[in-house]
Amino acid sequence: MKPYEYLEHTADVKFRAYGKSPDEMLSNAALALFNSMIDTATVQAKETWKVELSGPDLEQLAYDWLSELIFLFETEFAVFSTFDVVLHKNGDWSLQADIGGERIDHSRHAFDNEVKAVTLHEFEIKKNDFWCIQVVLDV
Amino acid sequence: MLNKIEDNIYELPLDYRPGMRVPGRVFVSEALLGMVEPGTIEQVANVASLPGIVKYSMAMPDAHLGYGFPIGGVAAFREDGGVISPGGVGFDINCGVRLLRSNLEAKTVQPLISVLVDALFEAVPSGVGATSRLHVSDKELTDAFIDGAKWAVGQGYGVEADLAHCEENGSMNGADPSQVSIKARKRGRPQLGTLGSGNHFLEIQRVDEIYDEVVAKRFGLFKGQITVMIHCGSRGAGHQICTDHLEVLSRAVHKYNIDIPDKQLACAPLGTPEAENYFGAMVCAANYAWANRHIIAHWTREVFEKYFPDGKLDLVYDVAHNVAKIEEHDVDGVRERLYVHRKGATRAFGPSRSEVPDVYRDVGQPVLIPGSMGTASYVLCGKDRAMEVTFGSACHGAGRIMSRSQAKRTFAGQDIKAALSAQGIKVKATHPAMLAEEAPQVYKPSNEVVDVVHNLGIATKVARLMPLGVSKG
Repeated sequence: MKPYEYLEHTADVKFRAYGKSPDEMLSNAALALFNSMIDTATVQAKETWKVELSGPDLEQLAYDWLSELIFLFETEFAVFSTFDVVLHKNGDWSLQADIGGERIDHSRHAFDNEVKAVTLHEFEIKKNDFWCIQVVLDV
Repeated sequence: MLNKIEDNIYELPLDYRPGMRVPGRVFVSEALLGMVEPGTIEQVANVASLPGIVKYSMAMPDAHLGYGFPIGGVAAFREDGGVISPGGVGFDINCGVRLLRSNLEAKTVQPLISVLVDALFEAVPSGVGATSRLHVSDKELTDAFIDGAKWAVGQGYGVEADLAHCEENGSMNGADPSQVSIKARKRGRPQLGTLGSGNHFLEIQRVDEIYDEVVAKRFGLFKGQITVMIHCGSRGAGHQICTDHLEVLSRAVHKYNIDIPDKQLACAPLGTPEAENYFGAMVCAANYAWANRHIIAHWTREVFEKYFPDGKLDLVYDVAHNVAKIEEHDVDGVRERLYVHRKGATRAFGPSRSEVPDVYRDVGQPVLIPGSMGTASYVLCGKDRAMEVTFGSACHGAGRIMSRSQAKRTFAGQDIKAALSAQGIKVKATHPAMLAEEAPQVYKPSNEVVDVVHNLGIATKVARLMPLGVSKG
């Protein structure tokens, strides 16, 4: 199982991220999101940010999770490279995540793209052999 | 699947797919027809299935695959029974273009192009993670949401006369700051007065061709003149406002039992609280974008004044190309109030419309079509024919034909920069790698796109502007 793959889209960035569990799928989706902006190998996990979210279903929670990461990226002026996601389902879904990253340093961080937002276009989660999420990002 | 109606007009028939409420109309030449991806046609059909859509789901000649609406998509919805959808506006609410004309000739400015581009790059923060030189308070941000460019002028950015040269006078009615989240404010505050990245740019240009002397004179344009074009939008504020309301409208779709073929087409019936709240927040972002372009124009003027003390930069016009607006249009002989969505499309009102500023009233509004990096931009003039054919709309640019990833595999940023330099175009960007994905070759030929609009008589060509220097994020 590869963690994620990018698909062709004329104007935007489209990816599928995979996982043996929904937790792993959402970690990999976060990595795909940040790797579309920057080579995450150049990002050191010097600081940790915590995210807690809940939602009525996994799809909405996944949308909130990726949107929250863009919000953190822009308001903390930080890039992230490690995502430790733990999900709980108790009626509603909840998510707790530790995110590793560092403040943007333009001398070391070269950006390929700026992601504006996560779209709902063709947004879906499927479970076959693995969990799979498909996302189109507005760049 | 597309039937030719006349030259440059193709129809996607109503029976193309179940659920379509109106036919589609795609405005392309035969040459451009082959460049329209199948996915774009599906998106035209998706929009055609939304409740209350009037006449046609339209795609302008620069149409390409988007999310929700196609890019280049135009659709109007009845106030009674229609919907409003962020899928028809996009995340970058009121992404738009403004054109400043100078009293300087290219031969005077050209020797200083490198210095000017460097100075503009310094004066106008751009790129990922850039913060503004401005530090607005929360109260000031609210005022910018409500009053847009008018607020900026009150703060000393630009002059009163600029306002009449902006679509909506740079400040749209109906802003409701209570519908803007704390998150959107937090993203928006440090970014008011920043260019952004991607296809956004600040460009010094030379007028190299005049097609219509009379209208060019009215727009204050002459051959050999230096102009400056600014292309940017509502930054993180707009992106977050759209994200927040998309979630609310996704729930509204279930609440009001609306069948949508694409989740990004989440919407709510006009008149419901969900629709009104989204509209009020969208207007805040639109006004933020007008304030943003106003501030950037002010800093651009400061740079020019430093190098050319007798130089003057006056605003020709400022247009929005991602927005939903309440407009009156004739539908089968009856005047109706419609919510017109333009996603990657420019308003192109002709002389008959009172919205066109007095100074341009006898000719029609300026329609600004930015080129891709290194290619020509065009100034057109809106015509009354547009009111009959496209709800007063035209294209917004060249339109992508190659994905960003494919562009990066095909081109190297440094090569693009060198090629542009060989053409005498100076480019300054935060990260050269980003230049590859904006290479001129990844877009449709802009002259062909503009010719469709011209030949249809929606908006006619006035002038062509060639880039001399570009500052990018």
